[in-house]
Amino acid sequence: MQRLAFAFSCTLATALSAHAVEYTQVQADKSSIQFTYKQMGVAVDGRFKRFSSQIAFDPAKPATARAAFDVELASVDTGAAEGDEEVAGKAWFNTRAFPTARFVSGSVKALGGNRYEVAGQLSIKGRTQDVVVPATFTAQGNSGVFDGSFTIRRADFAIGEGSWAKFDVVANDVQIRFRISAAGK
Amino acid sequence: MSERYTSTAKALHWLMAVLFFGLLALGFYMHDLPLSPEKLKLYSWHKWAGVTAFLLVWVRLFWRLTHRPPALPASMPRALQFAAHAGHFLLYALMFAIPLSGWLMSSAKGFQTVWFGVLPIPDLLNKNKELGDLLQTVHMSLNLLFVATIVGHVGAALKHHFIDKDDILTRMLPVHSREN
Repeated sequence: MQRLAFAFSCTLATALSAHAVEYTQVQADKSSIQFTYKQMGVAVDGRFKRFSSQIAFDPAKPATARAAFDVELASVDTGAAEGDEEVAGKAWFNTRAFPTARFVSGSVKALGGNRYEVAGQLSIKGRTQDVVVPATFTAQGNSGVFDGSFTIRRADFAIGEGSWAKFDVVANDVQIRFRISAAGK
Repeated sequence: MSERYTSTAKALHWLMAVLFFGLLALGFYMHDLPLSPEKLKLYSWHKWAGVTAFLLVWVRLFWRLTHRPPALPASMPRALQFAAHAGHFLLYALMFAIPLSGWLMSSAKGFQTVWFGVLPIPDLLNKNKELGDLLQTVHMSLNLLFVATIVGHVGAALKHHFIDKDDILTRMLPVHSREN
C-alpha cells in the first residue's frame, strides 16, 4: 500500500512538473495572423506578414498568463496588390501615423478543457477597444499552439473612412484568426 | 429546312449581344479605375453578368444544336461560306471560354464569385497569385480576340445587307421582312 502511494505521488509529481512548463518562446515561422472580410457579400481572406508577440503561459496557472501582440499594419496582404496599397492609406490604417496595432491581454479565464478566454485591449489607429478573445491551447511536443478567432467591427477603429465608411461594399465585421506557436522552457 | 431563325434563336442572339456588349464595355472601363467602393461594385456586377452569360450560352448551344439555322445563300463562294462557319464557331467558342477564364481568374485570385451576392459559385482553382495574373492576361487576350471577331461578324452582316443585298442580316432581325 505504501509502495502504491509512493508510486502515485511520483506520478503526480511528474504530471505537475510537466504542467509547470511555461510557454514563452514564440516561433514566428509557425505563427500567423489572418483575417476574413466581406466585400459585396463575398468572403475574402487576408493576413499580416509581420508581427511580434510576447507570451507567457503556464497551463497550470492560466490566470497569470500574459500575451502582447504588435502587428505591423503595412505588412497587410488583402489578397490584391491595389488593396494592400489602399488599406495602408489614410482612410484605412493610416500606417504612416499609426504603424502598429497592439493587443495586450488583461485577465485570462480557463473555460475547462483546453479552452480559455482572454480579455484584453486592442489598439488600432489611436483607438482602443476592450475585446474578449476565445482561444484553445494544444501542447505539441515541446511547444504549444494557441488558436483562436474573434470578430471586430472596423468602424470601432475608424478603419475605412470617407467613401468606405458605409458597409454596403466592405462589411463592418472583420474576423481575425490567429495561430501562435510557442516553445516551452 | 427552315428559311428563318426561330424566335428563340433571335431572342438569344440579341439578348446576348446586349449582354456581351455591356460586359465588354464594363470590363474595359473598370479595370483601370483607381480602387473605390464603386470599382468593387462594378467588378461584382461584371462577374454576375458574366455568370449569367455563361449559363445563357449553354442554352443557346443546346438550341443551336437542336434547331438547324437557315442555310447560307447558295450564291456565296465556298471560301466565304467556310469563313462564315468558322467565324460563328469562334464566336461560340469565345462565349464559353471568356466567362470560364473570368471564373478561373477569380478563383485563382482568391475572390470567389457569388452570383448576385446570393449564390456562391464554387472556386475551381486554389488561390495562386501567378496563376491569377496569367489568367488575367488570358481573359484580356480572349476579349481582344472577341472584339475583333465581333467586328468581323457585324462587318459581314452589313456587307451582306448593303453590298450583296441578301437577307442574311434581315433574317436575324426581330421582325423579319419577307420581301426580297
